[in-house]
Amino acid sequence: MSTRLALLGGIYSNYRALQAALTHVKTRGADGIYCLGDLGAFGPYPDRVFPLLRDAKVRCIQGNYDNSLAGGLEDCQCGYTDPRDNHFARISYRYTNENTSSENKAWMRGLPHQLRLEVEGHKLLLCHGSPRKMNEFVWNTTSPDQFLGHLLQDAEADVVCATHTGIKWHRQIAPGKHWINVGVLGRPENDGATNVWYTMLDLAPARVNVEFVPVIYDDGSLAQDMREERLPQEFIDTILTGWWTTCLEILPHKERASGKF
Amino acid sequence: MLSADKTVKSQIGGFCLGCPRVELKHLDHLWFQVTGTLCNLACSHCFNSSGPGVRTFDFLSRETIQSELRRAVQFGVREIFFTGGEPFLHKELLEFLALSLQYAPTTVLTNGTLVPEHLAESLAKIEKASRYSLEIRISLDGYTEEMNDLIRGEGVFSKVLAATARLSRHGLLPLITIVRTWPENDELSAIAGFMQMLKEAGYSRPRIKILPPLPLGRELTRIEGAHQEALVTEEMLRGFDRDLLMCSNSRIVTDRGVWVCPLLVEKPDARLGDSLENSAPAFELRHRACHTCYEYGTFCQNISGTVEGTGKEL
Repeated sequence: MSTRLALLGGIYSNYRALQAALTHVKTRGADGIYCLGDLGAFGPYPDRVFPLLRDAKVRCIQGNYDNSLAGGLEDCQCGYTDPRDNHFARISYRYTNENTSSENKAWMRGLPHQLRLEVEGHKLLLCHGSPRKMNEFVWNTTSPDQFLGHLLQDAEADVVCATHTGIKWHRQIAPGKHWINVGVLGRPENDGATNVWYTMLDLAPARVNVEFVPVIYDDGSLAQDMREERLPQEFIDTILTGWWTTCLEILPHKERASGKF
Repeated sequence: MLSADKTVKSQIGGFCLGCPRVELKHLDHLWFQVTGTLCNLACSHCFNSSGPGVRTFDFLSRETIQSELRRAVQFGVREIFFTGGEPFLHKELLEFLALSLQYAPTTVLTNGTLVPEHLAESLAKIEKASRYSLEIRISLDGYTEEMNDLIRGEGVFSKVLAATARLSRHGLLPLITIVRTWPENDELSAIAGFMQMLKEAGYSRPRIKILPPLPLGRELTRIEGAHQEALVTEEMLRGFDRDLLMCSNSRIVTDRGVWVCPLLVEKPDARLGDSLENSAPAFELRHRACHTCYEYGTFCQNISGTVEGTGKEL
């Protein structure tokens, strides 16, 4: 006996990858599907994501991007220090804002910031960035065990699932204590491969099994969508090559070094 | 509302009336002022007036580093920073970095003039062997020799570029830290200048971080009278994310005790205790540098360790 949960990270308007992931999840079977926020940004036709989520009964929480859009803010307030990154962040936000319906913004406004689940005796906390802040980056190579232990303890959780950084990773800090970054569906994770990722969590009383599932989807058609919508070539290049081209300043040393730019 | 002129009058018995109080929420960042204020350079904008022969603060011992590191790990520390003065003046620094990396991602802030080939090689070895990131922040204040050396001293520009290229050849990506000394609307062209210059010097994937000029130390003397900044008030902090202030998540260990943050080591009232164990848990914001932190966020930290967004609470 076990419970399987499918965990989706940032979608970034990549409705094609979302469709592929949901089809895959349906084939595999899951007892619940959750999305950890950032439904828009970066990609084309943001409104196409919402019907897919609702039809598949995906339970969503709010990401910082959703929070900004729902709040009617004029920019995503990403606050990059590099003006070139701010330039791209502004383009992405303006496009997403202008192409997200007011109904979908209202729906995002109603999303919870976090979800707590008790599954097979494990206390799960689903959040966007970290249990303490929606917009906090928690990277693998800058998150030591004692810090993660503190976050879990403070959050009174056994298993924390987050997204936000764009790169999946998992660490078991102690028996039954896990930090899982579920990855994102929105764009590749800066590894030169065009697939994206979601996470399948398989839980039993004495087991927490984390499986990172690659999603291959029609990236060529997504790139074409992006061209039609006149999104920056830099974004399209990321979709087609698997390498991040913008907003790299957020990456710590190891994650930056393993990329191309 | 306090102004800079009224600050002293409003302090009674060491308390600062009307100054907002910021508690240490969690020790995310531990700083070590590993070589005190000793530095081989005397940059005109140095925020803690470090320089050759300046021993206002002195070197940290291995024992202090080990014990405070252990304590910080017990507190759940996230990142460790080594600063000075110039950290590479400490002959044990490589060992300290290797030790620190066993427990947490580690950053060293250096002027880049004391990084010969064998040191670059050793740093690369340490970095590769560690599960956590090692960040090497190198200061540079101009993309021409003239721009930089006017501030940092003759010959510094070429030494820094050579060190950067050396580290890059060994597979490291130093973070070039630049104090903004140009008008804000020249930002794009300044950055373009830096990126091109670094690439030409052999650093093919330059990483840069821009800092605001800080009203402290020799910089305070340099800019005194140029502009008067307000202090941070309780009203300003309403609706503001206090996690963006260093005092809510950082402390610095010096040879004279624990201070609230690296910017305020010249301020006696910013000393919070003998050790991390025995430090006061809160600080009252009463300095102009606090306003810089309020305005720009925790720029002392690495960008990867910050939150995305402005000071508004989500």
